[in-house]
Amino acid sequence: MSEKKQFIDPDLQPRTVIGPNGEEIQINPLEDYFCSERPKVHEPKRWKIFEDFVNWARAESIWVLGFGTGCGSIELYPLLTPRFDAYRFGVQMRPTPRQANLMIISGYLSVKTLKRAIRSYEQMQNPKYVMALGSCTINGGMYFDSYNTINRLDKYMPVDVYVAGCMPRPEAILAGFNALKAKIKEGRAEGANEYAKNFDYYKANQKKIIKDWNMPDYNW
Amino acid sequence: MEEIIKNIEKMVVITAKKRQRDNLYFVTTGKDQAIPVITYLRDYEGFSHFVMLSVADWMEEGEFELMYLLNHPVKKVDIGVCVRIPRENASMHTAHHLWEQIWSYQRELKEMYGIDFPGSPRVDESFLLEGWDQIPPMRREFDTLKYAEETYFPRPGRETHDPATYMKQKLYPNE
Amino acid sequence: MNSKFKIEPDRSLYPSVGKDGKLEIDLSSGKYVKIWHGPNHPGVTGNMSLELTICGDEIVEAKTHVGYLHRGFEKIFERRTWMQCFPTVVRMCVPEPDTNEYCLAAAMEELSGVEAPEYAQWMRTLVLEMARLTNLLRTVPGLGGTMGLGLGVQWGVYMRDLLLDRFEELTGARIYHMYIIPGGVRGKMPEGFKERLLSNLKEIDDFSLRVKKLIFDNAVVKKRAVGTGYVDPSWVDRFGVVGPNARAAGVNRDVRKDYPYLKYAELDFEPYVDENKGSDVYSRFWVRYMDMINTVALIRQILDKMPNDGEILARIPNALHWSIPKGQTYVRCESSRGEYGFYAVSDGSEYPRRINLRGPSYTHAIALLEKLLVNANISDVSPIMVSLTTCPPEIER
Repeated sequence: MSEKKQFIDPDLQPRTVIGPNGEEIQINPLEDYFCSERPKVHEPKRWKIFEDFVNWARAESIWVLGFGTGCGSIELYPLLTPRFDAYRFGVQMRPTPRQANLMIISGYLSVKTLKRAIRSYEQMQNPKYVMALGSCTINGGMYFDSYNTINRLDKYMPVDVYVAGCMPRPEAILAGFNALKAKIKEGRAEGANEYAKNFDYYKANQKKIIKDWNMPDYNW
Repeated sequence: MEEIIKNIEKMVVITAKKRQRDNLYFVTTGKDQAIPVITYLRDYEGFSHFVMLSVADWMEEGEFELMYLLNHPVKKVDIGVCVRIPRENASMHTAHHLWEQIWSYQRELKEMYGIDFPGSPRVDESFLLEGWDQIPPMRREFDTLKYAEETYFPRPGRETHDPATYMKQKLYPNE
Repeated sequence: MNSKFKIEPDRSLYPSVGKDGKLEIDLSSGKYVKIWHGPNHPGVTGNMSLELTICGDEIVEAKTHVGYLHRGFEKIFERRTWMQCFPTVVRMCVPEPDTNEYCLAAAMEELSGVEAPEYAQWMRTLVLEMARLTNLLRTVPGLGGTMGLGLGVQWGVYMRDLLLDRFEELTGARIYHMYIIPGGVRGKMPEGFKERLLSNLKEIDDFSLRVKKLIFDNAVVKKRAVGTGYVDPSWVDRFGVVGPNARAAGVNRDVRKDYPYLKYAELDFEPYVDENKGSDVYSRFWVRYMDMINTVALIRQILDKMPNDGEILARIPNALHWSIPKGQTYVRCESSRGEYGFYAVSDGSEYPRRINLRGPSYTHAIALLEKLLVNANISDVSPIMVSLTTCPPEIER
């Protein structure tokens, strides 16, 4: 990362800080804060009947990360009201990525949001899925010639289901949930394993456009 | 409204003026006279509400045109003070001491167009873009389609369906 | 002025102010912590983040970070012809898209001298008022939503769905209508539309009474919301505060009354100004609640007064080769958040030279919010932000 030296914060250089009780601590933020292990491939269970049962359980209780990344998140609120009830399918919105199963990318992604979305995606635990809404994730949509939005989402994150539309109606999103459930029950929802196997390819694509690779100031 | 413009004409040289509607006038002055005119309008004429600061890029003439839009809340009229500055090493005097919100407009102009406002607080912070190392993107010489095609992988198979070119091919196929 | 906001006189425990106005905060002393009220947060209106420096439970400094939704609209507009801008300009402000279409259509009509016929102007007024109502239905119960009371939000979003059904009958789409075009509107009212809309408005009347009992007469909400986030009336001009936030501070600003456009000069209404309640979070939401009731009455008035039939589109040149004459103009209209303005510059060709949007959240979310959050509690950040109704897509286009 030597050519990106201009974007490294002075707060992220290795240095010594004084703790609250007066002791001196050596910190190296780029190693301490960020995990240096690669993601692992999640193997299926040994016997097929266990795997089928576990897949059924995963499909019937999909918990969604409530991160409204773009335009399409305005059609996610009607999904939680009694008219287009999503609770009957076992779908809930959770605020943190550690408790979520599915990440919905609702619409276009600018470069700044892509970095945060990738961080949230990497914090989710296996098995995890990604659903992409709208035509902006498929081929760029109407912002295809913009200098700040990405054109193809599946070069940066592995996508399991695409839902087309601008915006997709709540009924279309429910149909997307059904397609995802069918895919999980057959055992074909392998997005997270693809990410682990082709980790270097995805990282190379991400680093090509995200030049400011460190997260802004934390001091603890 | 006409008297206000006559009062300004007594103070500074106005290069152009235009009446757009009954309640909207545009007045063009030089670079060093713009901030005194705006201060005069705010303190003596009662234009106490600031609406926006905007820029139009006239690349063929080699100039930027800044526009300060002021609003009179009681008489319900607007006046736009336009300033022309050269494009190379563009900079303009800062107005952040007049209203509290102008520093954010000046920060955005510095990032998007490259116009410097020396002395404005927090003018070097990044506002909308992160990790941007090209020329300021709103300038007309920045080709956004070329940049998007090189950086973000476009999906192949996108032909243009521009109706103007299609009709032209149908009606005048020989040109 | 009966607010509880007081600045403590003993400033010796607070950080001192340095030479260029910045606070001298020593981050490695362990007394101050920086946290991010970040983009992935259920208490933020949209995709925006705040960088807070806190000492214990109190905020010492706040900075707003936007740019997560920046699409480069103004650069895209320079590459599209005037008529091709319409599907793109609608998506600038996501919750209330009709105001964008109206402002761009009005700017083009003014620069090229086209005028829309009578019936089309009445339809435009009706559609703009319905769009205000959909946004207000979503944000007024937000007072309870930020404090954990989610029932009002569920009701409000359901009522909004009923109105979106009416939009779908009229224009064909739920959220992005593209109904208002330069020269008029795109279609007439279908059969039976008036009766269905009036029955929806009856349900919304019922909803407003229930929301008042649930949220505005609630003791917990009153204890938390009254006295937080005080906006002084003298800040209205200094910071450029517009719309319901200014009316809650006692200053009467409403574009529909001050600069009448479309058919507002013929309608009979008064914007609600809050004279004596102390411009805090509670009174800002109360002004929006009264706005909602006034909008329902206004829609009923429009349906009474409008003609039954008429022309919908004036004669415009060929849309593929329309060159607008050279000039510049500024048009404004009133959205549910404040004064919404478009500055358009044309150089005589088929492509616009510059289209600049001035959204009301530009000043509310950056300059005003950073001032309001100093010395506030962390749990008050969300009510203050939602009471200013900051909408990030219109700040950063």
